[in-house]
Amino acid sequence: MVMWRALVQRELQLLGRQKADWLNPLVFFLLVLSLFPLGIGPEPGMLKQIAPGLVWIAALLSVLLSAERLFKDDYRYGVIEQLVAGRQGLFSYVTAKICCHWLSTGVPLVLVSPLIAVLLGLDWQSWQVLVVTLLLGTPVLSLLSVLGAALTMAADKGGILQALIILPLYIPLLIFASGAMEAAATALPYTGQLAVLLAFLLFALALVPLAVRQALRMNVG
Amino acid sequence: MAFTSWADFWFMGGYALFVWLSFGSTYLLLLGLWWYSKRQHKQIQQQIRAKAAREQRVRQHQEREK
Amino acid sequence: MWGSMFRWLDPYAKPETLYHLCGRLLPYLMGLALFTLLLGNIWGLAFSPSDYQQGDSYRIIYIHVPAAIWSMGAYSSMAIAAFIGLVWQIRVAQWAVLAIAPIGAVYTVIALLTGAAWGKPMWGTWWVWDARLTSELVLLFLYLGVIALAGAFSEAARGIKVASLLAIVGVVNLPIIHYSVEWWNTLHQGATITKFAKPSIDPSMLWPLLISLLGFALLLAALTCLRLRSQILIFEQHRPWVRQWVDQQQGERG
Repeated sequence: MVMWRALVQRELQLLGRQKADWLNPLVFFLLVLSLFPLGIGPEPGMLKQIAPGLVWIAALLSVLLSAERLFKDDYRYGVIEQLVAGRQGLFSYVTAKICCHWLSTGVPLVLVSPLIAVLLGLDWQSWQVLVVTLLLGTPVLSLLSVLGAALTMAADKGGILQALIILPLYIPLLIFASGAMEAAATALPYTGQLAVLLAFLLFALALVPLAVRQALRMNVG
Repeated sequence: MAFTSWADFWFMGGYALFVWLSFGSTYLLLLGLWWYSKRQHKQIQQQIRAKAAREQRVRQHQEREK
Repeated sequence: MWGSMFRWLDPYAKPETLYHLCGRLLPYLMGLALFTLLLGNIWGLAFSPSDYQQGDSYRIIYIHVPAAIWSMGAYSSMAIAAFIGLVWQIRVAQWAVLAIAPIGAVYTVIALLTGAAWGKPMWGTWWVWDARLTSELVLLFLYLGVIALAGAFSEAARGIKVASLLAIVGVVNLPIIHYSVEWWNTLHQGATITKFAKPSIDPSMLWPLLISLLGFALLLAALTCLRLRSQILIFEQHRPWVRQWVDQQQGERG
């Protein structure tokens, strides 16, 4: 636990120094969202209709892109090798990394969600559901992105490869998150979808850190 | 036999395009995979052989130098 | 208990033994596969009666269904090989992952192509976002991801290990993806399209289908043998037995 706290502190310090790491994905997210009205026309009715899918695809891409360089520096400086050889701190390191990745990408998305609601013409109820789906879904996004980054850490080709292997795994999340928002927009019950999202979150939380640890070991060993 | 003549068979009750398109592309893909795997196997053997031959030449050369 | 139960398998985990076993099995498997495949397909194409609803277009079933079923079967066998390879550190099982992945990808492409060619006359469109079609498409992406990841490392052995891990992650996710897509589709579309109006299929149509199914399975096995041999050679090329065997092959030929 002491180790975990130290690792989280380290991660947060790094994030504080490299502001581009968490600011750029946020700007990217807003930029993608503002491209859609330009591309398909600004009619509020249409925007409202496609808003759920749109917000979630943009969130998915921005979180995915932000994870690309997640382990690269630590890998280059030998931090991960040390942790793997040490046999102790690797799991704490993985959970700290996931936690901080969510804090630096998921939480900002939740914080700018009022702005999204204004941009896409969402009403009060839809915004609430958006915030809940973001709160439940972005941790899963972070978990899977970290897994993608861990798998491709020592690979010669990063970036697009990570997207190729991780995007298919996002599909259930995309379906249920935008499904919940759609149901809320048409005044249907949406708690079922939220429960499924919560189930995804717990399931991923239980298994993904183990897979990430294994992936890191393989990339180093 | 479900068809009365060869022409009837090729015509497939009007679905000739779709049926022959599926069967054709399937067998083409399978043959392609088979051919590719077979060629890969041969190429690897050739590479190994070339490597062994080169090592042998290097060894002979070194022995002659002595 | 497990140790003693599978002890008899141990010699086959030795690359050399497995290489020669695959080589010996290959002609039989390939011959049998070709025979059953052609038997099932020709029977299905020419001799089984045409469907009372779909006419002769239903004959695509004799490749579509086997390819679709074995595209998933190949994925699960790949994942099982990956699991064995990672947990018990058996290298030949890891190599099998890379041997199976391209075959599974080709089967998936076949299932998608033939599905499109069947959908056009039946549903009037080459593609619908039906639950099954979408899951099959995602399956193709998962295969491509495994292949791409395995090839992305300069050190091939590491690439295979990482790709095995991805295959296992994929197999855990596949049911989730499948049921999510099903839920999504039923929400959007209401009525799902069923491929057969009647639930039971006539024996005169069923037999060729079963034979084709067997044919595709045998072909999967034969291609796996062939490709696994290549993988073994690649990873064992510095061993004396490989050098010896390759020389011997050349001696026999020339």
